[in-house]
Amino acid sequence: MPKCPECDADVSVGTDAVKGEIVACPDCGAELEVTETSPVALALAPKEEEDWGE
Amino acid sequence: MNSTPTVGVLLSRVRVEEKLLLEELDRRHVPTRTIDDRELVLAVEKKPDLGVDVVLERAIQHSRALYALSVLNTWGIPTVNSFEVADVCGNKLLTTMRLIRDGVPTPRTRLAFTPESALAAIEELGYPVVLKPLVGSWGRLISKVNDRDAAESILEHKDVLGTYMHSIYYVQEHVPKPGRDIRAFVVGDETIAAIYRASDHWITNTARGGKASNCPVTPELNDLCVRAARSVGGGVVAVDVLEAPEGLLVNEVNYTMEFRNSIDTTGVNIPARIVDFVLEVGRKAEQSLS
Repeated sequence: MPKCPECDADVSVGTDAVKGEIVACPDCGAELEVTETSPVALALAPKEEEDWGE
Repeated sequence: MNSTPTVGVLLSRVRVEEKLLLEELDRRHVPTRTIDDRELVLAVEKKPDLGVDVVLERAIQHSRALYALSVLNTWGIPTVNSFEVADVCGNKLLTTMRLIRDGVPTPRTRLAFTPESALAAIEELGYPVVLKPLVGSWGRLISKVNDRDAAESILEHKDVLGTYMHSIYYVQEHVPKPGRDIRAFVVGDETIAAIYRASDHWITNTARGGKASNCPVTPELNDLCVRAARSVGGGVVAVDVLEAPEGLLVNEVNYTMEFRNSIDTTGVNIPARIVDFVLEVGRKAEQSLS
């Protein structure tokens, strides 16, 4: 199971996850980005910037 | 030539909306290529060879979307939405000016360039007013200013701490609303669905906790929202509407709309309608080439 890069907790990622998707660490709450799907790799997600939105 | 256009989806962060759109494209077996804006390099002197017929822009960052669309449209690659729409919708003042140009009702707005003139504009409109950054979403840095003390301190903060863009003062009348506003989804020439966004807070964005419920699309709402959409250049947009005492007012138009809270609420398959539109744009572009 992939680990949270922030707190090293196990993070469960669904089989339908896609690259670029964001998941939350169940332990520390960090936002994590799925950077690879086979096998799943996680990195800390980029922080929100001023021009983010819709 | 393949009758189903190949769709490029420009994105970085894959939100619920992007997953739903990708699932819909996959369900229909539409040839699809995701284009991660973090890996994209555009050699601007020649037509980008992305291997797609049409691009659905879903980048989370306005600046990246804007400049990528500029290059793609300049080289004749059709996009949903267009550079023009992103440019206008991404900037509240440009949106306001389009709405005014086309006679679409919108709150009274003042533009000023110094804290002193902004204060004069605020006092002329009368408290409370709303100060908004020209670029921004999700209700970030929007201030409801209730009195002169608050006005002076917010203007000083913007002047001292903000980037130069925060010294372009966009001041709007505060429209008293019945604890909710309306978000309407326009695809092409039709308002396909709408929701009420209710909140005890004056900011009603669902990204900020506003609760969604179905809003019937009346002929009046449809007409207003389609006019607003056309005014900014048309395509797939979400129109924010205020129920003012004098009637409906268009507050903002969003060009990379989020709709996760609105599919079950309205019963409308919004991603399917977006994909329909994107394929139509792609097919029209193919026909014009052949």
